[in-house]
Amino acid sequence: MGDLKLMKGNEAIAEAAIRAGVDAYFGYPITPQSEIIEYLMAEKPHERTGMVVLQAESEVAAINMVYGAAGTGKKAMTSSSSPGISLKMEGISYLAGAELPAVIVNVVRGGPGLGTIQPSQADYFQATKGGGHGDYRMIVLAPASVQEMSDFVSLAFDLAFKYNNPVMILSDGVIGQMMEKVDLKDSVARWTDEEVKENSPWATVGKTKDRERNIITSLDLDPSHQEKHNEKLLLKYADITKNETRIEKIDCDDAEYLFVAYGSSARIAQKAIQLARAKGIKVGLLRPITLYPYPSEMVAKMADQVKGILAVEMSAGQMVEDVRLAVEGKVKVEHYGRVGGIIHSPQEVLEALEKKIIGG
Amino acid sequence: MRDEILKELVQPDNLVYSKTELMTDKTLSYCPGCGHGTAHRITMEVIEELGLWEDTIGIAPVGCSVLAYEFMNIDMQQAAHGRAPAVATAIKRCWPDKIVFTYQGDGDLAAIGTAETLHAINRGENIVIIFVNNGIYGMTGGQMAPTTLLGMKSSTSPYGRDEATMGNPLKITELISQLPGAYFVTRQAVHTPATVRKTKKAIRMAFQNQMDKKGGVSFVEIVSNCNSGWKMTPVQSNQWLIENMLPFYPLGDIKINGEFINK
Repeated sequence: MGDLKLMKGNEAIAEAAIRAGVDAYFGYPITPQSEIIEYLMAEKPHERTGMVVLQAESEVAAINMVYGAAGTGKKAMTSSSSPGISLKMEGISYLAGAELPAVIVNVVRGGPGLGTIQPSQADYFQATKGGGHGDYRMIVLAPASVQEMSDFVSLAFDLAFKYNNPVMILSDGVIGQMMEKVDLKDSVARWTDEEVKENSPWATVGKTKDRERNIITSLDLDPSHQEKHNEKLLLKYADITKNETRIEKIDCDDAEYLFVAYGSSARIAQKAIQLARAKGIKVGLLRPITLYPYPSEMVAKMADQVKGILAVEMSAGQMVEDVRLAVEGKVKVEHYGRVGGIIHSPQEVLEALEKKIIGG
Repeated sequence: MRDEILKELVQPDNLVYSKTELMTDKTLSYCPGCGHGTAHRITMEVIEELGLWEDTIGIAPVGCSVLAYEFMNIDMQQAAHGRAPAVATAIKRCWPDKIVFTYQGDGDLAAIGTAETLHAINRGENIVIIFVNNGIYGMTGGQMAPTTLLGMKSSTSPYGRDEATMGNPLKITELISQLPGAYFVTRQAVHTPATVRKTKKAIRMAFQNQMDKKGGVSFVEIVSNCNSGWKMTPVQSNQWLIENMLPFYPLGDIKINGEFINK
C-alpha cells in the first residue's frame, strides 16, 4: 500500500516522479503547470533520491537537457503547457529520431498563440499527429484524474524504455489544478549506475575498450540508411499500436448512444451520462486512455452497437476526426466542445447529444 | 598490401608521428586545408594523454562538425543546432564524475545557441566548450555568421557585411568571460605549428580544470579558417586569417582560474 493524500494533479505528477525513481527533471515555469517544478524544488529530491531538478533558461533548453540526460540512459522528464510545448517540439522530434526514452508532460491551456491560462484540449493534433518535423509518433497518455496523473508517470517511463520512444502525458488545466484524493505508489529506487548501463546498453556513459562507441544521433546523410531508419520506426509504431492501446468503457453495455471523450471531458461526460439516463436516454462513454495509439478498433466496434456518437473535447474538433476515421460513416459522428479556456458543463454536453445526435 | 608496406617502412627509429587511437580511421569530411581536423586531433590527443578516454562524453553540434562523432572514438551525442551546452549540462549533472565537452562552431554557439551558451556558463557547469570560429556558416555553403567581420563577403552578405543593416561581429568569448561561471577563457588558433602547440596546451588546461572539479566552464575559442567558404586556397586563407581575423579576434588567455589576465 502507498499512502493517501489530497493533492493537485500537478503535485501528484511531481511526487510520482520522485517515487518512480526518475533521475532528472528539467523545466521552465508556465501556467497552469508551474506547481510541478515548484513542488520538486521544495521537496529537495536531490536529498530524497538523488534526482536532479534544474530550472532551465527556456523550454528549448529544458527539452534539450532531457535529450542529453536520456542519451545517458537515465530516466529524464520535463513538463510544460501549450506555448512551451510548441517550443519543445524540435527536441521531441530529435528524441523520436534518436530513439530516446523520455517523458514530456503537457498541462494544456487554450490557444492559439499565448491564448489563455485556462484549461483546454486543443493540443490533440500537436500531440498525436507529430507536432515536430518528420515522420514520428509519441505515445500519448491522457489522465482523467489526479490518481492517473500519479499512476501514469511510471507507466510512461515503462513504455518509454520498452520502446525507446518519447511518451507524452497529455493533461489539461483542469486535471493539473484540481485537488483529489490520490493513492501514492511506494517509492522505487533510482537505477544504480550499473543498472543504467545494463538497461540502456546504447547509452553514452564513457566508451570502454571492450565495446564500440555509443552514438546518440538522429542524423543520417545517406537517404538509403535514413529510409531504413524510418521503416524501423514505422514497425515500432505498429507494435505500439498492437500492444499498447488502452481504453476505459463506462455504461456501454446497453448504450444506444455514445460519448467519446478523454481527460477532463471524460469526467464531464460521466456526469452527463447520469443526467441522460435520468431522462431515459441510454448513453455510454468510451474513454481513450492512449490517444496515440488511438483505440480505433474499439470505437469502430461501438459504432456497430450505437445509433450515434458525440465526441466531447475542449477544442474546435480535433479528436473527432479520429472518431470519424474509425467509424467510417456507419453512424452519425458529431463534435461538441467549448473553446478558448471555457469548460463545458454536463448539461451543455447532454443538450448537444440531444440536439446534434438524437434530434439531428 | 598497403598495411604491409607501411609496416615495413615505419620502424620505431623513423616513426615521427602517429595518430591517436581516439581518432577513428574514417576519412574526415572537412575540406582540405580546414582547421577542424587539427582541432579534432589535438582534442582527442589531450583526452588520451590525460587518460580520460573511458570517461569522456562529447557533444557534436550542427554545422561542419555535425559528424564529429564519426571521427572521435568516444561516446558522443549529436545535439540540435545551438543546444550543445544544454545537452552537456544534463549529461554532466547525470554523470558528475564523467568528463563532458562540447565542440561547436560560431553559428551554433554564438547565434542560434547564444542563450544556451550564456546560461550554461552562467550556471558554472563544470564542462569544457571548444568553440571553432571561422567567421562563416561553412556547412550550409558560406553564409554570414555572427562572427563574420565587417566588410567580409559571404553568400548572404555578397557586398560585404554592412554594419548599419547587419550589425557587428560578435565577440562572444569576451562577452562570456564577464560571467562568474567562466573559469578559464582563452582564444587560440591552429594555422601554424606554434599555435597548434599552444592550443593543445590550452585544451589540456581546460580538461584538467574539469578533472580537478574547478568551478565553472573552461572555454577554448579556436580562430580558424574556412578556405572554401572564404573562396581562397588554404594558404591564402591562413594569410587572410592572420591579416584580418586575428587583429579583431586577438589570441591569448582572457581568464585563468577565474581571474582576468591583464595585458
